[in-house]
Amino acid sequence: MSEEKKSYTISIYTENNIGLLNRVSAIFQRRHINIESLTTSQSEIEGVNRFVIVVNISESQAKKIVGQFEKQIEVIKAYYHTEDETIFTESCMFKIKSELLFEEPQIQNIIKESNTRIVTVNKEFFVLEKSGRRHEIEALRRDLNVFGIMQFVRSGRIAVTKDEMKITEMLAAFNN
Amino acid sequence: MDDTQTIKQHKKVAATTERITGSEAVIRCLIEEGVDVLYGYPGGAIMPVYDEIYKYQGKIHHVLTRHEQGAAHAAQGYARISGKVGVAMATSGPGATNLITGIADAQIDSTPLVCITGQVFSHLLGSDAFQETDIVGISTPVTKWNCQITKASEIPEILAKAFYIAKSGRPGPVLIDITKDAQVSELDFQYKKCTGIRSYNAVPKTKPEAVTAAANLINSAKKPMIVWGQGVILGEAENELKAVMEKAGIPAAWTILGASAISTSHPLNIGMVGMHGNYAPNKLTNECDVLIAIGMRFDDRVTGNLATYAKQAKIVHFDIDPAEIDKNVKTDIAVIGDAKDSLAQLLPLLNENKHEAWLQEFKDLYQVEFEQVIKHDIHPEKEGLTMGEVLKQINIETEGKAAIVSDVGQHQMIACRYADFNVTKSNITSGGLGTMGFALPAAIGAKMAAPEREVVAIIGDGGYQMNIQELGTIFQQQVPVKIVVLNNEFLGMVRQWQQLFFDKRYASTEMVNPDFVTIAKGYHIEAKKVVKREELADAVKEMIASKNSYFLEVCVEKEDNVFPMIPTGASVSDVRLS
Ligand SMILES: Cc1ncc(C[n+]2csc(CCOP(=O)(O)OP(=O)(O)O)c2C)c(N)n1
Ligand SMILES: [Mg+2]
Repeated sequence: MSEEKKSYTISIYTENNIGLLNRVSAIFQRRHINIESLTTSQSEIEGVNRFVIVVNISESQAKKIVGQFEKQIEVIKAYYHTEDETIFTESCMFKIKSELLFEEPQIQNIIKESNTRIVTVNKEFFVLEKSGRRHEIEALRRDLNVFGIMQFVRSGRIAVTKDEMKITEMLAAFNN
Repeated sequence: MDDTQTIKQHKKVAATTERITGSEAVIRCLIEEGVDVLYGYPGGAIMPVYDEIYKYQGKIHHVLTRHEQGAAHAAQGYARISGKVGVAMATSGPGATNLITGIADAQIDSTPLVCITGQVFSHLLGSDAFQETDIVGISTPVTKWNCQITKASEIPEILAKAFYIAKSGRPGPVLIDITKDAQVSELDFQYKKCTGIRSYNAVPKTKPEAVTAAANLINSAKKPMIVWGQGVILGEAENELKAVMEKAGIPAAWTILGASAISTSHPLNIGMVGMHGNYAPNKLTNECDVLIAIGMRFDDRVTGNLATYAKQAKIVHFDIDPAEIDKNVKTDIAVIGDAKDSLAQLLPLLNENKHEAWLQEFKDLYQVEFEQVIKHDIHPEKEGLTMGEVLKQINIETEGKAAIVSDVGQHQMIACRYADFNVTKSNITSGGLGTMGFALPAAIGAKMAAPEREVVAIIGDGGYQMNIQELGTIFQQQVPVKIVVLNNEFLGMVRQWQQLFFDKRYASTEMVNPDFVTIAKGYHIEAKKVVKREELADAVKEMIASKNSYFLEVCVEKEDNVFPMIPTGASVSDVRLS
C-alpha cells in the first residue's frame, strides 16, 4: 500500500439534498481521509449541485471513493482529477486597519504588484480580495502580516476540468 | 392561467385524488406496494399511523414485535426468504435507534427494507424535544437512502421512491422519517410507483465486450473455479449459474450468503469458502488459474490475507455494483451488470468442458477434510453431542428443504457447513455484520413470508438471549417456527478464539443459563430438551412433525471447536484442520 499520494480534485454532481453533505463527508471520515478543502455550489446545470473537494490520497483510493460517491442515490456522477487536469483557483480576503493604508505606503505597492482588489474602504478598515494559487495567497498573507491583519479568510479550491464532463448528456438520456 | 382553466385543472385533480391524512397515505402507499405484513412497535410520534393500521385491519397486517430490533430483523427475514421488501415501523427517539442494528445488518447484507419512523412535529426539530433524535443523521452511514418528510404532500412520492430504491439494483435498507405534523395534515392522495431516478442507475447494462472477454478467459482456463455470493440469489440467477457451471464443467464454491443458490448435492458444488469454509475450495483458491467471482464482494472473512489471495489466478468479477470492482481484489475482467443477464449472455459463449482431473483435486481434499473434521462432527464417537449431528438430523427430517435461519457463532458456522440446501433462499443468517440476536426475529419474518416452508432457527445459547423476548411475538402471532438452541453454555465462538489465541483465558464467555424449556413453556410454546444422543433423532422428528411452533434445546459438548479455520490475517491456503 505504498502507493504515492497526490492532490486529487474530486468533482461530484448531485441533486440538491440536505442530507447529502453528511453522506459525502461520512465516506471520507470512515476511511480516515482528511478533506483539504470542500466547496459546494450550483453547477452549470439548473438544479444540479457540484461539490469540489481536494484530498491528498493515492490514485487507487481516489478510484474507490469515487465509486462510493457514485453509489449514493442522489449523486449523478463523480470524477477525480489530478492538478494537471484541472484549472483551479482559491480566493481570500483581508481586513486591515485603514490608517495603515496611509501610514505604510509599502502596502499600496503590495496591492498593486499582487493584483489584489480593494473591495471596500471606510474610516476604520479596508478589505482586500485576491484569487489565485495557494502559494500566491500565502505570499500575500506573509507580506501583509508584517503590518497586522484584522481578519483573514481563504476559500476552498474551485476547479474546472480540462476534459469534458458529460452530465447534460447523461441527464438527457434519462429523460428519453 | 384564467379562472376557467384553474377550475378545470382543479376538477381534474379532484377526479383522480382523494383528500386524506398523511398517516392514512402511509398505509395506502404500503398497500399500493403490495405490503401484506409489517413489523413494528408504536409510540407517541407514530401514533397517527398506528390509528390507520387499526382502521385498515384486514388489508394490512401489523405484527407487534417485543423490541424494535426484533421488528427490523423480522422484516429482514421476510425479505431474505421472499425477495420482497421488508417493512419495519417505529416511533421516534428510542424506537428509531432500536432499529439501527437491523438496518446496519440489512445494509451490509444488501437486504431490501423500508423502515418508517415517526418524528416530532417539524416546528420542534432541533429543539431537543421529547423523543427527538436525529435519526436521519444517525442512519445515514447504514442506509442505502434516507429522507425526512415534513409535509404530508410529500408522502406518496417519497414512499414510492423508498420502495424503488430498497428493491432495485443492489438492494438495501431505506429509512423514512415522518414528522407528526406531516402525519396529521391532509394531502390530495395519488399514488404512482417509482420506476427510475435520474441520479441512480440501478442496473448497469452488461457490456457484451466484457462478457466476451470473460468467456475467452474462462474457455482458456485449465483450472477454473467459481465463487458465487448472494448476488446470484438477489438477481434470481440460480438457473443461469447452474447452466454455466454445468456447460463449462466448473467447480463452484459459495460464500455464506450465497449458500443454497445451487443445491449442496450438486456434483460441481465444492462447498463453502471463507474462515470456516471447506478445506478444498479454500486451499485451491490458491491453485486455480481463473477465479470467477459472481455476485460476491471479497469480504475479508472470505479472502483471508489479500496479499496472498489467488495471486496466481486471473480474476473475473461479475457484479451489479461498480464500487465492488477492484475494491478488495484487483480484477482482470469486470462484468458489471445484473447477474441473471450477464450469465445468460455468457452461457452461449462458453465451450463445453469437463475439468475432471481438477474436480478430482477438490474431491481428494474433501476426503482429507472428511477424515479429520467432518466425520467427527456428524458421526461423533465421543460421548457429548455435537452441533453437527443435530444438523444432520434436521437434514434427514426436512430432506434438506428447510430454510435455516442461523444466529451468529459456532452454531452458525456449523449450520452453514452441514445443512443440506436443496431450495434457494434457504440460508438466512447475518453474514456481513454478524449480529447476534438476528435469528429468532428473522425466523418469524421468514415463516410469515413463506408459510408453506419449514423454517428452522439454529441459535446459540448466547444469541438466543439477545432477542429472546420475541418468543412473545411467536406466541401472540402463532408463528409455527422451529427453534433449536445449541447450548454449549458458552459464547462458544469467542471461547474458541480464547482457547486458540489467548491461552484459554475464558474471560466472560461462560454462561450460566436459565431453564430455556420453562421459558418457552411460559410462552405456551411446546418445548423439549435433549441431553443424550439416543434422544436426539426422535426429538428432531417430533419437532419437524409439529404443526406449531416448537422449541428444542440440545445440550452439546461445551468446548468443541469449529474447523477448518483460517486464522485472521492468514492465507486461504493456510487453512487449518485442527
Ligand atoms: C451483537 C453481538 N455481540 C457480540 C458479538 C461477538 N460474538 C460473536 S460469536 C459470539 C458468541 C456467540 O455465542 P452463542 O450465541 O452461544 O453461540 P456459539 O458460538 O456458542 O454457538 C460473540 C459474543 C456478536 N457477533 N454480535
Ligand atoms: Mg453458545
